[in-house]
Order: sequence, then structure tokens, then C-alpha cells
Amino acid sequence: MPELLEIVTPERKVFSGEVENVYLPGSEGELGALPGHAPLVTGVSPGELRYKVDGKIEELAIGSGFAEVTQEKITILADLAVSDSEIDEKKVEEAMKRAEESLAKIDSSDNAEEVAAIQASISKSMAQLNLKRKRRRV
Amino acid sequence: MANLRDIRRRIKSVKNTSQITKAMQLVAAAKMKKAQDQALSGRDYADRLNRVLVDLKENLSEEEHVLLKQPAGKKELLLVISTDKGLCGGLNTNLLKRVKAEIGDDTEVVTVGRKLRLSLGKLGQNIVSDWEVADPTPFADAKPLGGYLTDQFLTGEYSSVKVAFTNFETTLTQTPWIQQLLPVEESKLAEKRSYEGMGEGAEVGETDQSRDYIFEPDTEGVLDRLLPLYLNYQVYQMILEARASEHSARMVAMKAATDNAEQMIKDLTLEYNKVRQAAITSELLEITTAMKAME
Repeated sequence: MPELLEIVTPERKVFSGEVENVYLPGSEGELGALPGHAPLVTGVSPGELRYKVDGKIEELAIGSGFAEVTQEKITILADLAVSDSEIDEKKVEEAMKRAEESLAKIDSSDNAEEVAAIQASISKSMAQLNLKRKRRRV
Repeated sequence: MANLRDIRRRIKSVKNTSQITKAMQLVAAAKMKKAQDQALSGRDYADRLNRVLVDLKENLSEEEHVLLKQPAGKKELLLVISTDKGLCGGLNTNLLKRVKAEIGDDTEVVTVGRKLRLSLGKLGQNIVSDWEVADPTPFADAKPLGGYLTDQFLTGEYSSVKVAFTNFETTLTQTPWIQQLLPVEESKLAEKRSYEGMGEGAEVGETDQSRDYIFEPDTEGVLDRLLPLYLNYQVYQMILEARASEHSARMVAMKAATDNAEQMIKDLTLEYNKVRQAAITSELLEITTAMKAME
């Protein structure tokens, strides 16, 4: 029995369709969801999302967000979701460098919120780079 | 008959006006495209967030999070999102009409946008705070506003927090809209919008109401993160809708103004030529009569 998967970001609906299984980076560690999974709501951390559609495994780099899992449907809300081919390694590396530089500049005690935002963007970049580099090795 | 110089002067002034409206039309058209794209692409996300929350609310007891509780307060808080500038047709008037029908004596108003702040101030409404957001709106601008509304709700003085804004439909139609933000309620907007391929997904939640959700790491941890994100994002999306409506309405209004000005120039030019011709004819007549008299 297939299950319905939906991946939505603020910019667009990335994927919507039937899949055989989903592996997502939950806030408490990686999590697999097969059809008929118990209802679950979890945070999603930046990382790698895999799902199997028509016997083929697709991979996406994903930002932080939420996932709602029910027996027949999985909704993933994230601030980023890109596939390997959409990632421009150079751009991501530059973005990461900029983020690290600004992190070094600001005083972490004053701007807790800003620091958190920058750290989030760094881990997002990391997730993208990891996916890209892993692909190259294979 | 009007004299030549007067007509010429009028043509010139209408031309100037039409140049301004034409420029505004072009600027609005460019901004409109961007604002519409932004608003439309954010809808899925906002809508899905709403659906997840409504799902959760049905499966949680109200006590599980402060934001889900119905407070004892009597007052209502209404956020009104209008435009900073005018010249956008009936947009603000329509929204004001809708807002007037909604507000009662116990309503306190928070405003975004200068236009309705002024009108509501004139009506003697109780405006408790006013916010400025940039255009195009960055998410960072909506965040403090969402936080403020949440804080106000948490004081327990308000029974609900609602938002009045103009919902973007098409370039030609925008509807004034009021949406309850807190306590969390199913977005009525979702019914109005058609989503491709979303039919089956949407109905699942309604048939299967009693689900015991597992929360990871725990209920509190998830709700603490999910609710603020939801509120900030909803406010953001509503501002985007309002902006898309504003630029669309302005584009249409300015296009109408430009068209009218062009028509007017045409009419005036016709009249100008008629007067000029009449003047030439009468001058010729005078000359010929004078010549005849000399012979």
C-alpha cells in the first residue's frame, strides 16, 4: 500500500504524490515512515530526506521544519527542500562562509536570536553540501 | 466657444497627469508581479501549517498549550492590514466597510498601513499599536508583529485575535477578509482556493478524527516550536496577500486613469482643431471681404 507524501516550503510545493517509504531527519534522529505508521508529529532538523517512488530512491536536502505523519499521509513543512541537481555547491559554500564570518563578528550574549538564525543557516548549508558531496563519491 | 490657448493649456495638463499615471501603472505592474508570485507561492505552506494545527487541536485537550486555550477575556483584538499609499481604487474603502461591520465596542485595533489607521482614528476606534512593514515584506518584519499579537493574547484580556486584510484573488478581484488567528481555527480561505491534486489529502483529516499523535520529543516541545512558527507565518502570509492586492488594485486603477486621460486628450485635440479651423475660416473670410471692398 503506498502512502501520500507532501513536501512544502514557503516558496513552493516541492513534491506531492504516492511513495513507498520515507526516511526523514527528525529532531530526535533519523526516522523511517512506512505506510500505516502511527500518527506522529515531530520537528525536522536540517539533513537528508529520502523517499522511494516507483522503486527508485530520491534524495533531498532539507531545512528545519515539521513533519506530520498519519497512517496514510505524510506532510513535511520545511524552510528548504532541494534536490541534488538544484544545489550550486559554490554558492552554498559562499553562503556558509558568510554566515560563519558574521557569526564570528557578533557578540553571542547580546543577540541570542540572531546567533540562532545564523547557526540554523549554517546547518542548512551543511545539509546541502553533504548531499552534494555524497553524490559525487558514489 | 473656448479659446485656443485655454484648450492648449488643458491638453498639456492632462498629458502631464497621464504621464504620471502611466509611470505609476508601470511601477505597480512590476511590483504586482513580484507580490503576486510571493503571495501565491506562500499559500501552500501557510495552508498546510493551518491544517496540521487544526488536526492537532482536534486531538489535544485544550489545556495542553496556552495558545490553544480560550481565555476568559471579553475584548477582541483586530489587526488591520491596509496600504500606506492611496491611489489604489476602492481597496481601502472596501476593507474599511468590512472592518466597520466587524468591530464592536470591545474591539481594540492594531494597524499595519497608514490609510486605515487614519480612517479608523477618525472613527474614534481604540488603536492600541501601529506597525510599519517594508515593501516588499521580509519575513523578519512579520516576526515581531506575530510575537506582539501572541503576547497580547497571552495576557488573557482578549477572547480572540483576528486579522482583517484584503485577500488576493486575481488581478481584477480582491476581497476584504477577516480571519481568526487565535485561538487557532480552520482557515476559511482554504475552502476558497482550489489546489491541484489535493482533493484526497484534504479529506483524510475529516474522516479520521480521533488520532492519538505521538510527539517527538514531547507535546510541549513540538507545540512550543510549531505554534510561534504558525502564527508568524500566518501574519506574514496575510501581509503578502494584502500587498499583492494593493499592487494589483493600483495597477488596474492607474491603467484606467491613463486610458481616461488618453481619451480626454483625444477629445480635446479634436475640439482644438475645430476651433483652430473655425478661426482660420473666419480670418480668410475677413481678408476676402476686405479685398472685395478695396476693388
